[in-house]
Amino acid sequence: MKTLLKNCRVVSPGFQEEALYDIYVVNGIIEEIGKNLKADAERVMDIDGNTVLPGLIDMHCNICDPGFEYLEDIETVSRSAARGGFTTITCEPNTNPAIDNKTVVEYIVSKSKNHALVNIYPYGSMSIGCKGQEMAEIGEMYEAGIVGVSDGDELTDEASFLRNVMRYVKMFDLPVITHCEDRGLSGKGVMNEGFTASYLGLAGMPREAEEVMVARNIILAENTGARLHIAHVSTKGSVQLMREAKKRGAKITGETCPHYFLLTEEAVGNYNTLAKVNPPLRTQEDVEAIQKGIADGIIDVIASGHSPSNEGDKNKVFHSAVYGISSLETAFALSYTGLVKSGLISLANLVDFMSIRPAKILKLENKGSIAKGKDADLIVVDFRQGYRIDPRHFASKAKFSLFADWEVQGRVIYTMVGGRLIM
Amino acid sequence: MPLIKKDFFGLKDLSAEDIRYILGTAETMKYILSQKNKTTPHLRGKSVIILFYEASARAKLSYELAARHLSASVVDMTGSIQNREFDSLRDMGQLVDQMGADFIILRHPMAGAPQFLASTVGASVINAGDGFNENPGQSLLDLLTIKEQKGSFAGLRVAIIGDLIHSRVSKSNIWALTKLGAEVRVAGPPTLIPPAVDKFGVEVCYDAREAINNADVILTTRMHKDSQNTMVLPSLDEYKRFFRIDEALLRYAKKDAIVMHPGPIRRGIEISSGVINGPQCIINDQIANSVAVRMAMYYILTQMGGTFR
Repeated sequence: MKTLLKNCRVVSPGFQEEALYDIYVVNGIIEEIGKNLKADAERVMDIDGNTVLPGLIDMHCNICDPGFEYLEDIETVSRSAARGGFTTITCEPNTNPAIDNKTVVEYIVSKSKNHALVNIYPYGSMSIGCKGQEMAEIGEMYEAGIVGVSDGDELTDEASFLRNVMRYVKMFDLPVITHCEDRGLSGKGVMNEGFTASYLGLAGMPREAEEVMVARNIILAENTGARLHIAHVSTKGSVQLMREAKKRGAKITGETCPHYFLLTEEAVGNYNTLAKVNPPLRTQEDVEAIQKGIADGIIDVIASGHSPSNEGDKNKVFHSAVYGISSLETAFALSYTGLVKSGLISLANLVDFMSIRPAKILKLENKGSIAKGKDADLIVVDFRQGYRIDPRHFASKAKFSLFADWEVQGRVIYTMVGGRLIM
Repeated sequence: MPLIKKDFFGLKDLSAEDIRYILGTAETMKYILSQKNKTTPHLRGKSVIILFYEASARAKLSYELAARHLSASVVDMTGSIQNREFDSLRDMGQLVDQMGADFIILRHPMAGAPQFLASTVGASVINAGDGFNENPGQSLLDLLTIKEQKGSFAGLRVAIIGDLIHSRVSKSNIWALTKLGAEVRVAGPPTLIPPAVDKFGVEVCYDAREAINNADVILTTRMHKDSQNTMVLPSLDEYKRFFRIDEALLRYAKKDAIVMHPGPIRRGIEISSGVINGPQCIINDQIANSVAVRMAMYYILTQMGGTFR
């Protein structure tokens, strides 16, 4: 299949901002890029001056398949990703069965080939059953195609175990992705500890619950030489710890999600369970620190943190409602509106956070950039018109959002994965 | 001006004027209760369902008696829900609602449960205590008792002592007393003081003497079972060494200070036996006011017609 995309504004390193390019794709690979290309193509698309970006890569996503297909499955999550501009997603290993052996990895890889519109690269669980006790067969999973090892948003209480994993995975040079939370400090908390929790009479999770684990994991990574990637950073203190570690030259990376730089604990309002996420939404001070961390490049990646749940599990008394947010379809537009339009970073920076750096961390060498010979994972974004977020039209099974009715900019109009136009 | 509401969640969202109006109504109800015939027709033909997910003898009795004095028919569901999970609250609400309940009195271990239930039912929901959030009925009877003893709230020095983090009535009292112009100081072990409680408009002390100094009113709390965990508090013996209201501590307060407790009281730990038996402790007056206050709460909700389907 040969496709020619004409009149593309391209935001990717090496392209002039105002110029219009043509991109020629042959058999899923970018064959040529130039101005006014004449090429033999079966399909010619006039992009009409809209913006072409390298497909986004999500480093934090729950696909819920296998085991929780009633929440999301490989097909729906991939359509949801495509809508949101993600051409590649990862998946957390806390499925059922957990992604803790090569059979489950093979299941995801093969089901993705047949049923997914986007690329899905699993993370392997560092431990059997995501329990943080016995080491999973990481090497076998590596051979089957995992791109990182993760604790699956479960907690690794035992530092010696995590330290061993960090030492062990050096042989595969995989990133170690950790959800940082001290279970004891979180206690019975269901939202950020502070005024709002006290006001609502809810038990709080202090920021220290995240920060002590960020500190611990950084120390372990520095001493083992592992490539630590800190999942969903939500506090000022965590940003500060990362800043100091990076100053020392530590090989760590970290991510945050749009809700952590756009919303505070006040979004919980009158017990709004859509605002129940883990880590919890924090305070204005934290939001500002995370924005600054993004602007300074201390935070490396913006991930969706997609973690779908169903209506019945969300529509409950706050305390017993599940955690989670349906965010694949909002992450890019929210990030663009909240960070680029507000002048905090440039669009090129955003591409860096959502595509280039994830590709680097996950070692996806043919992704994350638009260049001759790279995979034709491209998205076309219309920045000219704003739109209103309407969760009822989500492709995800979780058709609700904390950001419903927000006016945003940056609608993904085409998504191409491996030269195939999927949306 | 009458207060018009469908549900009664707490005192946090009421104005000082609203609270004074409720207390005024409670005084009228108290007058009715002093008559030979205590029954009034305000809730005739209405049904009241008592839905308690936590054990309680006193609060339940007062809500039930109050409803009966107002001529409502009362059903206590507590026995039927004992083995149910809390998750079924929505289903239970639907069940009770479809059977035509006008009032649901809910006590639940999770904060926000009354708001959740109210959003799914047409009946009026009264919060009889939710998690560590509010207990407006208990608070209103405390306020009525204070008003009877002290006349008004403006400038009153109130000390709240003990396990505040788990005490929902203390939260309601803080919201109400600060709105009514009282000066509120709280004291307790730092592990039992809610985070950021100073932003509620109270002064936090860790020394009970400082909180009680020159106080007109001393409100004590019941130690929650979660507080008798050695991760939070070394021992009740140590607690009482610093925070038990006894004669020595009471000397710091004004001579005519009153001592109150929401009950059931842990004699000798929260308050010394001597103080309980002494003239300043007015827990019996609190109990005496509990029915009148609940009658007032029902009455206020009937102002909107009772059922709002």
